[in-house]
Order: sequence, then C-alpha cells, then structure tokens
Amino acid sequence: MQIDIDAVTMEISGARVVEDISLRAGSGQFVGLVGPNGSGKSTLLRCVYRALRPTAGAVRLGGDDLLAMNTRESARRLAALPQEAVAEFDFTVTEVVAMGRLPHQKAVARETGEDRRACATALEAVGAGHLADRGFLTLSGGEKQRVLIARALAQRPQVLVLDEPTNHLDIAQQLEVLSLVRASGPTVLTALHDLNLAALHCDLLHVVDGGRLVASGAPHDVLTPALLADVFGVRAHRVPHPETGVIQLLFDRLPSP
Amino acid sequence: MTGLCIALPVSLACGVGIGASGLSWSEALHHLWAGLTGGPIAPEEVASYTIVWELRFPRAVLAAVVGAGLASVGVAVQAMVRNALADPFVLGISSGAAVGANAVLIFGAFGALGVWALSTAAFLSALAAMVLVYAIARTPRGLTPLRLVLTGTAMYYGFSAVTTFMVFAAEHGEAARSAMMWLLGSLGGASWSSVPIAAGAVLGGLLHLGWSARRLNALAMGDETAAALGVDPGRMRKELFLTTAAVTGAVVAVSGAIGFVGLMVPHAARMLVGADHRRLLAVAPLAGAVLLIWVDILSRVVLAPAELPLGVLTAAIGVPCFVLLMRRRTYTFGGV
Repeated sequence: MQIDIDAVTMEISGARVVEDISLRAGSGQFVGLVGPNGSGKSTLLRCVYRALRPTAGAVRLGGDDLLAMNTRESARRLAALPQEAVAEFDFTVTEVVAMGRLPHQKAVARETGEDRRACATALEAVGAGHLADRGFLTLSGGEKQRVLIARALAQRPQVLVLDEPTNHLDIAQQLEVLSLVRASGPTVLTALHDLNLAALHCDLLHVVDGGRLVASGAPHDVLTPALLADVFGVRAHRVPHPETGVIQLLFDRLPSP
Repeated sequence: MTGLCIALPVSLACGVGIGASGLSWSEALHHLWAGLTGGPIAPEEVASYTIVWELRFPRAVLAAVVGAGLASVGVAVQAMVRNALADPFVLGISSGAAVGANAVLIFGAFGALGVWALSTAAFLSALAAMVLVYAIARTPRGLTPLRLVLTGTAMYYGFSAVTTFMVFAAEHGEAARSAMMWLLGSLGGASWSSVPIAAGAVLGGLLHLGWSARRLNALAMGDETAAALGVDPGRMRKELFLTTAAVTGAVVAVSGAIGFVGLMVPHAARMLVGADHRRLLAVAPLAGAVLLIWVDILSRVVLAPAELPLGVLTAAIGVPCFVLLMRRRTYTFGGV
C-alpha cells in the first residue's frame, strides 16, 4: 500500500518543527528518512503514526485520508515502532507481541485463532520464538528490538513506520533487523541515522534538514558530497562496495573555513 | 485465582463470625443465614441478630468493597501515570476528601445531614479536589503522566496542611483523635446505608477498567506506542482519571484513607499473574478484598474492645507478605 505525506506542517509551542513536507513511499518500497539530529524526522513520523496531529497537511494511505479515520482503523493498516522504550512493568514477550492485535480486537472478546497465529508467525519471522515466555524487561537491547518489530508485524500492517530501529544495536543486529523488516513485506518508511545502512537498504531516500525536505531520490543520487557537506557538515568520500557495488561513504571533518 | 474466589466468601464469613462480643460461630452464621434468606428469628435473639446483620456483615461487605476498589484503582493509576510507585492517593483525591471529613469531625460542618454528613462531605471535597487537580494538570494535548503526578503530589501536601491545621485548631482532644482515626482508615462507621454508593462506584469502576484492560496494556508501554496501536493516550488518561478519582472518592468517603492496599496489592498481583491487565484486574480486586476483610477483623480483635486504625494493620500485614513475595520470585519493574 502506498503512503503519501502531503504538505505536512507541524508547529510545537509556536516553532515550526516540520515545514510543508510532501513525500511518497510506493507500495512495497523501503523508504528512508535521513537528516541530522533535530531536523524533524521523528516529528514527521509521529504525525504519520498519529502520536501527533499535524498543524496542516494530510497523510494518505492508499488514497484514504489517515487523519479522518478513527485511530483503531488506521492502526489496522499502519503499524509503528516508536523510538521510546519505556516499559515500566514486566510484560512477557508473548504479551508484548499480543498488543499488536489490539486494533483488530473487541475490548473484551477472547483472543481468536487468527490473533494467536499472527503473533506466532510474527515472533518466528524475527527469529524470537524461543523468547516467547521471557520477561520483556530481562531482554538485551537487540532482543527487545526484535520483539517490538514482531509486535508491529502482528498488527498485519500494510505500512510499517520505524523511528531509528537500529539504535542501541550492535552492527550484526543492525544488519539483521533491517533485512528482517525488508523481508517482512509491507511498505516501510523509516528514519535512519547511519547513512551507509540507508544506502544499503533503501530504495528511496528523503533528506530532511531544518524541518524541510531538501532532497529525494535513489541513495546514489542523493548522497552526494555536496549535499552531505551542506546538510550534515561533513566531508564525504563515496566508495563503491567491492562486492555489491552499492555506494558507501567515508567521512572526515569539513576543513575549517 | 480460584483460591481467591474461594477465599472471598470464606473471609466474609469469618468477618461475620469473629468479633468482640461473645457470639458463637454457629449463632453468627445462623443469623447471617437468616438475614440472607429472610428466615425467622426468635425474639430473644434480636440483639445478637442485630450485631450480625446490621453491624458485622455490612462491615465485612464494605471491607471487601473498599479493598477491591483501592486495589483496582491502584492498578489503573500505576498504568495511567506509568509509575510503579503510584497509588490511589497520588492524585491528591484522598487528601481532598480528608479536608471535608475533618471539617465534619472537628467543626461539625454539614450537621444538618446527620449520619450522612461525614461521607457526603468527604465525597464532595474529593470531587472538588478532582476538579482542581484536573484543571491544573491538563494541557492542550490531554493529561501527561508527569504533570498529573506532580500536580497530585503538590495538592496532596496542600490538602494535608489544611487537615493538619484543622486537627491542631480543634478544641476537643476527642475530635482530633477521631480525625486521626479517619486519616488512618476505619470501617467503624459501616452500616448498610454506606454500602450501595461505594459498591456501585467500585463495580462501575471495575467494569470500565475491565473494558479498558487491553488499552491499559498499550498505555503502560508508552504514549507513542499506544498511539501506534490505535489508542489515544490523552483521551484515555482523561477517562481513567475520572473513573479512578470517582472510585477513590467514594471509597475514601466511607472508610478514610487506608494506605498500602492500593500500592502493594497491584504489585503482589503482578508477581502472581504477571503484568497483563486482563488478568491483573481480575486478581487484584479479589486480593484487595480478602486482605481488607482480614485487616478489619484484626483491627477489631487485637486490642478489643478498642479498634486499631486500618492503615496500621495493612502495613503490618502487607509489608512482610510483600517482602516474602519479592524474595521468592524474580520480579522486575521500571527496568531494574
């Protein structure tokens, strides 16, 4: 399912954190959102998964206005993995994954066979079936992230929104988590810190700076030394990956003016 | 769970059977049966029947209602403000109720209402406190956990200061003593007339919370997660605030501020059945009800014929139980 962000503006306490951003993630695409800290990536994503209501603009899911749907309805189509990780109470992994079924369930009805199947499939898909009975708070960072992805997959979404899914993960886990998500099927819109990971995984990249969209396109078209100097304030060298040919970046500080 | 379902009626019967006057168990249960089925009583038994049916039984029922209410509100408040240290009193509602109750006990306010004066004043001032806390804590984005806790705590100290001042300003030592008793919790004033409102509020609250159990799970994982799962956290917190404040107000109005139950029973229940609110909201009220029935029994017999404040006993029984549970099982909260 295709998702369109249409002229979204978000003001928080009078400051324009996101200004008139329009972008699209086509059906089945893996689309990255990159930009320095504080550029507005997370705020834009929060507007998409409805933790914030944009000041202006629209988000369309397969052509339907997301903000006009009730929150349950939109959560049946769009799942998200927010950046926060604040579990205060020790739910089991099974319980955490089962929360993904919430938008599909009636308030007091029992879990259906489909609920259980969706949870089990999601947990297996992220290779965390063996963690099912563990307490969520006792897991390592990588395990937690996999379980949270399973929760999002259990939602059976058509669009998956991720905010820095590779934070706090070691390099093997980072690569694993992104290929997991990629293999899982839905359209993906994700904020990413690591530009090399973004270059490796994304079909399409959008670059955000100061709340505005400054570039869009395939990674090798977008991640140019000029743009990286301009947006991130670094000197970058582009090197093709010796095996895959995907461009990778080497960084230096910009020479002092 | 099954154990608790059996323990509740057994405890209720014990609450009726055990007491300061020299009634035998068979007599007490006989009267209870007569009262429940509307059976006949001999004229010479009227006095003891009255003790059982008009004093002990409503008191045991009220203890169960109050215990269930405090425990379930504790569960809801801990999820609502996402803080393992929260309890029904952290919102400042109970200390608001104390202001009204003490005005009655010390200055004889609402005298025209007679026996209803105390609970009416307590409930009204609880509602006033609720409106005040809500008005201060609310933001355009709804209620946020930290603002709610901070506002509630600040109000708690404010109301407590008023109450303490009233106790000091009291002319009679006896009035100050009954005010103190009320602050620490007592079911000494229990009668059938105080049961319906408290029971109605607790039952209504339990229904709403049970209905919201899945959404409480989502809310406990964070506001953004809740939003991503289709739950509007700001709106949900408003609903929860109204429910928990109303239940707290109704419960505190008939029993005073009984500490510990609302903080520890939710944790004890989590240790037994885990954090999922669907199970938690079934087990915690039952456990709270059973605990408070026994606490009330003890409060009547330990220093009979004098009564101990319930808050003293909830802590005396609850703390060792809690420590045992915590040592026996691995229990994690707040990432530690």
